Order: sequence, then structure tokens, then C-alpha cells
Amino acid sequence: MTYLVDGLYILAFSLFIYGLSGLTGPKTAVRGNWIAAIGMGIAVVATLIKIRDTAPINWILIVAGLAIGVILGVPPAKKTKMTAMPQLVALFNGVGGGTVALIAWSEFIETKGFSQFKPEQSPTIALVVGSLFAAVIGSVSFWGSLVAFAKLQETIIPKNVEKAFVKGAKLFQAANIVLLLVAVAVAVYIGLNKGLAEWWIVLLLVLAGIMGLFVVFPIGGADMPVVISLLNAMTGLSAAAAGLALNNTAMIVAGMIVGASGSILTNLMAVAMNRSIPAIVFGSFGGGETGDGPAGGDQGTVKATSASDAAIQMAYANQVIVVPGYGLAVAQAQHTVKELADLLEARGVEVKFAIHPVAGRMPGHMNVLLAEADVEYDAMKEMDDINGEFGRTDVTLVIGANDVTNPAARNDPSSPIHGMPILNVDQSRSVIVLKRSMSSGYAGIENPLFFLDQTSMLFGDAKKSVSEVIEALKDL
Amino acid sequence: MYTQLLANLAILVLAGFVGFAVISKVPNTLHTPLMSGTNAIHGIVVLGALLVLGNLPADAHWGVRIIGFIALVFGTLNVIGGFLVTDRMLGMFKGKKVPKKDDALPAADKAKEVTK
Repeated sequence: MTYLVDGLYILAFSLFIYGLSGLTGPKTAVRGNWIAAIGMGIAVVATLIKIRDTAPINWILIVAGLAIGVILGVPPAKKTKMTAMPQLVALFNGVGGGTVALIAWSEFIETKGFSQFKPEQSPTIALVVGSLFAAVIGSVSFWGSLVAFAKLQETIIPKNVEKAFVKGAKLFQAANIVLLLVAVAVAVYIGLNKGLAEWWIVLLLVLAGIMGLFVVFPIGGADMPVVISLLNAMTGLSAAAAGLALNNTAMIVAGMIVGASGSILTNLMAVAMNRSIPAIVFGSFGGGETGDGPAGGDQGTVKATSASDAAIQMAYANQVIVVPGYGLAVAQAQHTVKELADLLEARGVEVKFAIHPVAGRMPGHMNVLLAEADVEYDAMKEMDDINGEFGRTDVTLVIGANDVTNPAARNDPSSPIHGMPILNVDQSRSVIVLKRSMSSGYAGIENPLFFLDQTSMLFGDAKKSVSEVIEALKDL
Repeated sequence: MYTQLLANLAILVLAGFVGFAVISKVPNTLHTPLMSGTNAIHGIVVLGALLVLGNLPADAHWGVRIIGFIALVFGTLNVIGGFLVTDRMLGMFKGKKVPKKDDALPAADKAKEVTK
């Protein structure tokens, strides 16, 4: 029977790898996801075969646990709006980390503080080191993800409380370094001393949990996608560690693949924002030191425009580039924008969508939202592909995006976002910015783009403004 | 026993390289579904919860049973939620555009005529 179980595990992780490699293209991705899901089903069945002789009470708990997990998991996964996906992913990631932390806890109890082992268990060193590592990282990931969820949900943490957290970033960072050292010391102590009381592992979990809270609390909204990806990678690594502790190949492989790919993804995103991962975790510009930019306010005046002027400008353009930002998602305007694009295309105007790698609250989030509104995959252009085109674009329509269009990132060394790759919107012949008000972006930095001669502002709710432009276009 | 540990460590390292290799070809556009997909795959921790619960002796303390049970619920949530969310997001990219686009344009034209 062990051969069957091990064989099924190998089949399972082969399917994970095959499925994940399918995620590299839009055509094979859906199938790839299902292949990975089938792998997961096989892995679960194999594990159930492995533990088939367990006590009846355990079977009852297992069936109940699986059922409750499914009942709780399906409705939010099916119903949550696409704009709220980042926080849902954060939440599902968090419970994964929580699982790992709880596994480590119960391993500690079952081995009486790593002092009594059963013959079929992993080598002692793998069990002890793996469990302790899993305890720390799992707990950090669980609590960190919960904070990320609360921050992204926006209604849970009051704005002024959050501002205070962001302001106190330096304090949190100092506390984190102390916490990390203490947690490592406690983990080493537990590892070296067999048979400690249970509260030691609880202490370790709590220390790591506080660390998770403190890491994510002060992180500004612009850095949130990177943090979610980082937490995702951490849960993967902790799963691999738990796999070593439990001597389970499927967990080692799947956990490590996620850990490695998640780390790369995190790094890619950090590079897209010209930030290093340590700088995001340990330093922050997501607030805190704002207002250092080149003097806000006195850069000239902004021009306001009307919906009908904007419509005329676009109707007689050869090419229009739409730059969507999170403001578009908040206003739920993706369908309206698609309608506008269709109307313009019917008039022979070429419409493209320029998507910054970190637009939205998750990498690629904006692509998902536009795809939801049936914008074609080929019309969505990545930053490097479209940046050369702004120079020969008649009208660029910026909807709810701010920091990713800020030319200061390119030409003002004193700006806190200097060096961040941006969309070169300022090079196009005219720019129309749809914006709620003149408040600064998520990073709290003034945007000189708004003060340029070719820029005009269309104030108001993004969806309402776009609808007005559509009406005006129809009347032309 | 230690040969097994070595084997596991070798698997760990190789899996790391597979992770690197798989991700390097993914376009930015698919980063969200990819993150969500890997998020679902680390739901593999559900196996750990199953093993912990399954290995408990019949006379185990109720405290550790509760811990194992919560771990199992969390792990199942991770798996189910992860795969369903990924499927929904990827479904947005799928080829529904062809039939829809054909309807959408005439509909927009009709709307135009009505307003006129």
C-alpha cells in the first residue's frame, strides 16, 4: 500500500508541474489549473488511503473538516467581485499559512516537545527543524495575510488608524528586528532542549504572529501586491518545511515550487516598481515621508475639461491609449470603458490599453478586470511594448491611475519614486486625466503630469465621466 | 533514515529549480492568475493536516484534536478557494470574446440610432 500512496504522490506533483506550466499562456491556463486541481484531489485521496486505519473519531473529524472547508470556501470563491480578488487571495493564502502553523503546534504536542518519536517518523533533525521553521513562517504568513486582507478590504481598519501605522513604520521595523532575533533564539532553544512545556511553542507562534502583523501594518497600498506575493511564497516555503517534518514528498515538491516561483514573482514585481524587497519590508515610502516631492501645489494650474470636449478630441484621433488604474476598478468602470473603446473603434480610432505591471492591487489585476469586460487579450499592452507608442498617440486617456504615470519618476531625482519604471504618458500629444479630485495618489506624491500644457482634467467619478463621454460621442 | 532525509533534501532543491523554470515564461498579464494558482497549490498543506489528524491515537488529548481539525478546515479552504478563484479569473481570458463581440457592436450601433 505504501507503494500505491507514493506512486499517487508522484503522479500528483507531476500534474502540479504540468498544470502550472500551462498557466504561461491564456489558452492553456484554464486547463492547467484544472490539471493541478486533479493532482490535488489525487494527493488527498492518497493521504486518506495512507491513514485509512485511524481511529473512528479521527475519521469523523476528517470528513467533517473537509466538508466544512468546502462549504465555507465555495461561496466567497464563486461570488466575490473581481475587484476584491486581491484580498480574497490574501485570505486563502493566510489560512494555508495557518494550517502549517497548527501542524507544527500539534507535532510539538504529539512528540512531547520533540522528545518522543515513533519509528515511522522523519529523522529527528528534519522533524524538529522543519516543524520550527514551519511554525515561524506559517504564523507570520497567517497573521500577515489577515492584516493584508483587512487593509485591502479598506472598511475594516479606520483610515486614521492606518495612517498612524504607516507613520510609525520606523518603530515597527525596529520592533520587527528585535522580534525576529527573539523568535530565532526561542526556536533554537526549543530545538536544543527536548521535552519543553507546551507554552514554549505557543510563545514561538505568538512571537511570529506579532511579527507578521508588524511587517504588514505599515506597508503602503502601492506596495501591497508585492507583499501578497511575498506572503504567498512564504506559505509555500513553510509547506515545504512541514513536508520535510512529516516526510511527505508531495508537500515538499508542491511547497517548494510555490516557494521558488513565488519568490521570483515577488522579485519581478519589486523590480517593476524599482524597489528591492528588503526596502519594501523594512523601509517604506507608501506614506510616511510624503510631501518631500518637488513642492506640491505651486507647479502651475490644471486645466479642467468637459465630457463633450473629451469626446470630440478622441473621436477625431487616430490612436487612443487608455491607461487604467485602480480608480477604474473602484468605480467598477471596466465595462463602461470597454463600451467607449468599442464606440471609438467603430469610428476607426485605434484603441489600446496600456497596463503597468503593478496597476491594480495585485500584479496583473487590471488585466483580469479588463478581461472580465471582454477587452481582448491582444489589446492589452505591457509597459515595455507600449512606451514607444505614446509619442505618436493623439490622446491618452488616464482613468484612475496616478503614480504609474508620474514623469517625476523619470526626470526628478529628488522624487521618492524616482527610478520607478512608468508609462510615458506625458509624451503623447494630449492627455485626458479622469480623476475624482486633485488629491495625490496612493503613494501620496504630487504628479507633475497634471500640470502639463497638453493635459486636461475631467473631474468626477470615473464611471460617470466615461458614461458622459459615451453619450457625447453618440451625439457627435 | 538519513538516506531518506538526503533524498528529501535533494527533492527540495530540484523542486526549487522547477519552480524557477516554470515561472520565467509567464507574461505580466497572467501574474494574478499565476499567483492565485500557486496559492491553490500550497493548499497541499491539507495533506499535513490529514496526516496529523490521522496519526492521532484514539486516546489523544482533545486539545490536539481541535488543533488538527482547525488545520484541516483551513487547509481545505485554501485548496477549494484557491482553485475556484483561479478558474474564475482565467475564465475571463478565455475565448468568449468572439461571439460576444459580434453582438456588442451592433448593440452599440442600435443604441446610437435610438439616441438619434
